[in-house]
Amino acid sequence: MIQAEHLTKDYGLFRAVDDVSFRVEPGEIVGLLGPNGSGKTTIMRILTGFFAPTGGACSIAGVDIARDPRQARRMIGYLPERVALYPDMSVQGFLAFIAKVRGVEGRVQGAVEEAMEVCGLTSMAKRQIGKLSKGYRQRVGIAQAIIHQPQVLILDEPTVGLDPRQIVDIRSLIRTLSGLATVLLSTHILPEVSVTCSRVIIIDKGKVIAEDSVEALTEKTAGRGETLVRVSGSEADILAAVRSTAGVEQVDVLERSRGGVIALAVRSARGGAVRSHLVRSLVDGGWSVHEVSPRLMSLEDLFVDILERAGRGENGP
Amino acid sequence: MIAAIRPFAALLVKEVRGFFASPLVYFVGAVFLALSGYYFYTNLNAFITFGFGESIVEHLWQRLYSDIVRVVITVIPLVTMGVFAEEKHLGTVELLYTTPLRDFEIFAAKFLACMAVFVVIVGATALYPVLIYRIQPFDVSSLASVYLGLLLLIGAMVSIGIFLSSLTETQLIAAMFTYGAVLLLWNLSWNEAAVPGDLLAIVTQLCAFDHFEPFGRGVIDLKDVGYFVAIITLMGWLTMRSMESRQWRGRR
Repeated sequence: MIQAEHLTKDYGLFRAVDDVSFRVEPGEIVGLLGPNGSGKTTIMRILTGFFAPTGGACSIAGVDIARDPRQARRMIGYLPERVALYPDMSVQGFLAFIAKVRGVEGRVQGAVEEAMEVCGLTSMAKRQIGKLSKGYRQRVGIAQAIIHQPQVLILDEPTVGLDPRQIVDIRSLIRTLSGLATVLLSTHILPEVSVTCSRVIIIDKGKVIAEDSVEALTEKTAGRGETLVRVSGSEADILAAVRSTAGVEQVDVLERSRGGVIALAVRSARGGAVRSHLVRSLVDGGWSVHEVSPRLMSLEDLFVDILERAGRGENGP
Repeated sequence: MIAAIRPFAALLVKEVRGFFASPLVYFVGAVFLALSGYYFYTNLNAFITFGFGESIVEHLWQRLYSDIVRVVITVIPLVTMGVFAEEKHLGTVELLYTTPLRDFEIFAAKFLACMAVFVVIVGATALYPVLIYRIQPFDVSSLASVYLGLLLLIGAMVSIGIFLSSLTETQLIAAMFTYGAVLLLWNLSWNEAAVPGDLLAIVTQLCAFDHFEPFGRGVIDLKDVGYFVAIITLMGWLTMRSMESRQWRGRR
């Protein structure tokens, strides 16, 4: 449905996107994951025809965006990174405007009402956009992206800047859209992809460094069998006790806090299975245990991990 | 056919509404009409007092509308400055440029919306000749010619303002450059003595005043019409190049 072939984009001497190729199949929700400044927004702007690539080509449902930009744009719903809306317009008026501009056939009012319904905006129909909260503005942004029932939805950081409650709402909204369109969304937040996406494309410094299913990624981010332990007591004694626990391979001290609590990263072959042994030996030793949990991998750790593997010549995951 | 122009019509309506929903246009209109009214009063007074042995048709319109153009020049930048700069500042250009609208349609809708503003506020000045007509009927053809000239002149100046607005995301910068550009265009040949003879011919050809002045006498010359249409066309072309520049500059 979305096909990018060897996309490259230079900003002067800076190469923001470097030979990026990927495909998104119909009905998929794919996450473009990468740190800020990795080229996600540029890739999306190329896909929507806002920027022309320096090299390479991309097509939406078989329509080349450079050759027939208007036809390609008709099939795309786009939520830009900076959700830019006209502050003086009402929600209803703005959506009706977008519907007409995007060439919604038939009754515009019907399309507007449907989009407002899906995005939970019906009660805000007559409100001025400039007076809406950020969460509602984000919903208006999504409503304008889906109003013409596009085959492809491109959402650039759809949950950035929202409060946790709004994030949950927007994520579930995106999941409900999955039946209606193929979705490509970008994010720099690792858990976001596992909640919303079926597949992930990982970008760093303008390059695709990995493509993975969410299951595989979740497995990885659940830690390479690492356990986080927070415990207070004598460091040397605790380390000795942990090292002698069955199944433990390696222990690293992550941090020593002022209150005498030390944080340890415990690596073990059997992953989580070691945790019950760990807890027992710590409790038996008489130390007070503050936390024992699977150590989640941060995006940075994941990147380091992927790049290390690539450096060792292993194929990406 | 109707379906094909619907997106364009929607943008045009949105742009026009945007102007008339914001207070700016009303302040601009108020100041414009106050000044125009003052010029009408003083011109008419001078005309009646001194007479000059001239006819209303030939000379009052010329003086009055040259004065009105001065006010037009003052307010044009205020209307055009935001046309693209505001959209760039808000980030809404990204929305606009990723719709199926053609760049030409975007320029045309914005141009026509600005023209709608001026048709309303400059159109209101038609009240002055109507007042005279009720006392002393006159041949209206030269008046119609003045308004055609005004329409073309304003069109040219608006297109310059729109182009300059497309180059920046700061409205005030667009306004200042527009003011400079339209004032120079209007005044280009005013100091004839300072321009060497062979250059003068070119300068008068480029000067908006020299092309507007015949309309005030009731003379509609294709050459003058062509001058204003050429400026509008050139500015439209430049604006579209400026809109395209996002593609290779990688900036809004």
